[in-house]
Amino acid sequence: MSAATTGHARTTAPAEQPVPDLLYSEAEEDLRSAVRSLLTDRCGPAAVLARIETGRPYDPDLWTALGAGMGAAGLLVPESLGGQGASAREAAVVLEELGRAAAPSPYLTSAVIAVEALLSTGPEEGTETAALLAGLADGRSTAALALPWSTAPGSRPAATVRAGDGAALTGTVRGVADAAEAGTLLVPAEGPGGLGLYAVEAAAPGVTITPLVPLDLTRPLADAAFDNAPARPVAGPDRAEAAIRRALSAGAGLLASEQLGIAEWCLTETVRHTRERHQFNRPVGSFQALKHRLAALWLDIVSARAAARNAADALATGSPDLPVAVAVAQAHCSRTAVRAAEECVQLHGGIGMTWEHPAHLYLKRAKADATALGTAGRHREALAGLVDLPAPSH
Amino acid sequence: MQRNAAAPQPAPDADGLRRRVRDLLDAHDPATTPREEFLRARFDAGLAWVHFPEGLGGLGAPRSLQRVVDTELEAAGAPDNDPRRIGIGLGMAAPTILRYGTEEQKKRFLRPLWTGEEVWCQLFSEPGAGSDLAALATRAVREDGTGDWVVDGQKVWTSSAHVARWAILIARTDPDQPKHRGITYFLCDMTDPGVEVRPLRQITGEAEFNEVFLTGVRIPDSHRLGEIGDGWKVAQTTLNNERVAIGGGRVPREGGMIGKAAATWRERPELRTHDLHQRLLGLWVEAEAARLAAIRLGQQLATGQPGPEGVAMKLGFARLAQEISGLEVELLADEGLTYQDWTMVRPQHVDFTGRDAGYRYLRAKGNSIEGGTSEVLLNIVAERVLGLPGEPRTDKDVPWKELAR
Repeated sequence: MSAATTGHARTTAPAEQPVPDLLYSEAEEDLRSAVRSLLTDRCGPAAVLARIETGRPYDPDLWTALGAGMGAAGLLVPESLGGQGASAREAAVVLEELGRAAAPSPYLTSAVIAVEALLSTGPEEGTETAALLAGLADGRSTAALALPWSTAPGSRPAATVRAGDGAALTGTVRGVADAAEAGTLLVPAEGPGGLGLYAVEAAAPGVTITPLVPLDLTRPLADAAFDNAPARPVAGPDRAEAAIRRALSAGAGLLASEQLGIAEWCLTETVRHTRERHQFNRPVGSFQALKHRLAALWLDIVSARAAARNAADALATGSPDLPVAVAVAQAHCSRTAVRAAEECVQLHGGIGMTWEHPAHLYLKRAKADATALGTAGRHREALAGLVDLPAPSH
Repeated sequence: MQRNAAAPQPAPDADGLRRRVRDLLDAHDPATTPREEFLRARFDAGLAWVHFPEGLGGLGAPRSLQRVVDTELEAAGAPDNDPRRIGIGLGMAAPTILRYGTEEQKKRFLRPLWTGEEVWCQLFSEPGAGSDLAALATRAVREDGTGDWVVDGQKVWTSSAHVARWAILIARTDPDQPKHRGITYFLCDMTDPGVEVRPLRQITGEAEFNEVFLTGVRIPDSHRLGEIGDGWKVAQTTLNNERVAIGGGRVPREGGMIGKAAATWRERPELRTHDLHQRLLGLWVEAEAARLAAIRLGQQLATGQPGPEGVAMKLGFARLAQEISGLEVELLADEGLTYQDWTMVRPQHVDFTGRDAGYRYLRAKGNSIEGGTSEVLLNIVAERVLGLPGEPRTDKDVPWKELAR
């Protein structure tokens, strides 16, 4: 028997993983139907295209209907703090639908990332943090974690903001997603005792929000500059780093569901188009070269769905496998969404290159999402450590 | 509890199955009972495949409960029926005989099939009919008087033919019909005169497959499965079952070929390069996503929402196996330049992950060909899942004998 067949004892990668629930519950499917129906009515491609040119892509009425009306904004917040007490599994379903609609919405930045950051600080009832959470949970206000949108979970972001006397903040954070829409900015800043997390009202004196021209017009970016801006500490050095890590991890894990939704729309639309579009006296979708590409894309989406569900389930259950689940979901779903969007543009032919056709909304969203919260490559590198496949030392 | 023996018993649940397993183990101690005797008793207790009918190895229970039985028996150290060795019988012949067989055929064939006392092979593919299986040319002509069928032709890629006692066979019985309509399905006795099995040496050096030459082979009409001319329909049952064999639920991480590559990576730091590291991590992610998709498929099946994802599993498995085994050869550097053994052996069963990296690399090339080529499966996904139009067909309504060959 050769060395390869004798079976090697593994050192750290465990053989048996907890078995996640990768299906959708009936309640989750009901939630999906409700969100999809709302987005179909209020957030069609024509409406999105019209709004993105205004520089204010968010439709406040849509956010009210989704966040407050349907309670989606508070899914992750416990009932005792004014939320729905649901889990990341439900939030993931909302994000699948938002991705499918390329909907401009602060859901991921506010209802997921900011909420997770605040929850991780251990808010007690009656505190200002609890009040802030309650406002986010019922959709009355939104918040954004002030870090560059490309920041990966687990990476220690550069300290570009300092907290001085009385917690006043000074410094600049580049490329913050949804900063221009947020009522409150949650700012990681170096204070006297180390890294802390601070809440700053966007309208406060000394806060300057400068919108950037984003690649993805459906998720605006802005630089946030603070000049002795008044702030309130929400987590000290003992908790801030873990809170930021948890928030980014939840963001990256659930971004995979948005990416799944993007990929599904791209596949569905491309299949529809290639069935209808005739060339050479046949539907172009009857040509094997195209059929195989679409089938291969479907194949990728099958495993993207499993990977995205796995990350959502790991977040919901507090699985010890969470870091691996998030890294796998991001590494796989980023690639799948971009590929789906690129295939969508290509297989639509000339119409796919136009501004009127919504394909470009999805391409821009998919490419920006692939860079957001850590690239696929960053997540693969994280896996190298997590599953004991170290890089060469030479 | 008093039971009325005449009343039909409801299908047992998990606890009922565990009780039956205990009864079986009490009556047949695995430590002292000869293997075949134990397997026969297990079949007779309805614990072979619990979803089959009573009297045919089952109890009419939900298929998902088979795992309960298997787990209990494994824990008790009971012998198994070596499903790898008899995979074609279990996965393909059995469900087809169950669906289309006469009562006599079911009684005669299912028990020795399941216990492994009779190994099965599949006489479908021919040199001129691979992906285009319905183009097959092996003829079965009915003899006046006896009513027997006389079969002449050649089959190929026949795994296990050298150890098989029986074969499922499709042959052309009416060349005047279009190709899908003139086919009939038979159960062929591999020990009959006129059946010649020749090893087919492969890319790996071994002869896992065979060619089978059929010359004047007589098959009694009682060994026909389904109606005359209905063979294509019957064969669909066989072929659909070929791809259903996805286990659901408990695949360990790094359970497949990626585990071999990862283990080598961990143990042999001197072999690591940056390029291989990038590729390995990428493949690890894909293997993990595929594992999760298999778990999800298993959960769908268990809750009665079977999806078309089984085809995806097969396609993904083939591509991953090829890429990972290719990486392994490069990772092993000087060792990858050597090969364990080119001797032509005739193995008893297929082993994708056994032997060395070179073998795995070469054997994996077959994964995208056997059981439906990846190109054919992609067409199936495109047409049946995505609803894309079919390719124009010129052969559907033409009598088989007029087709170009």
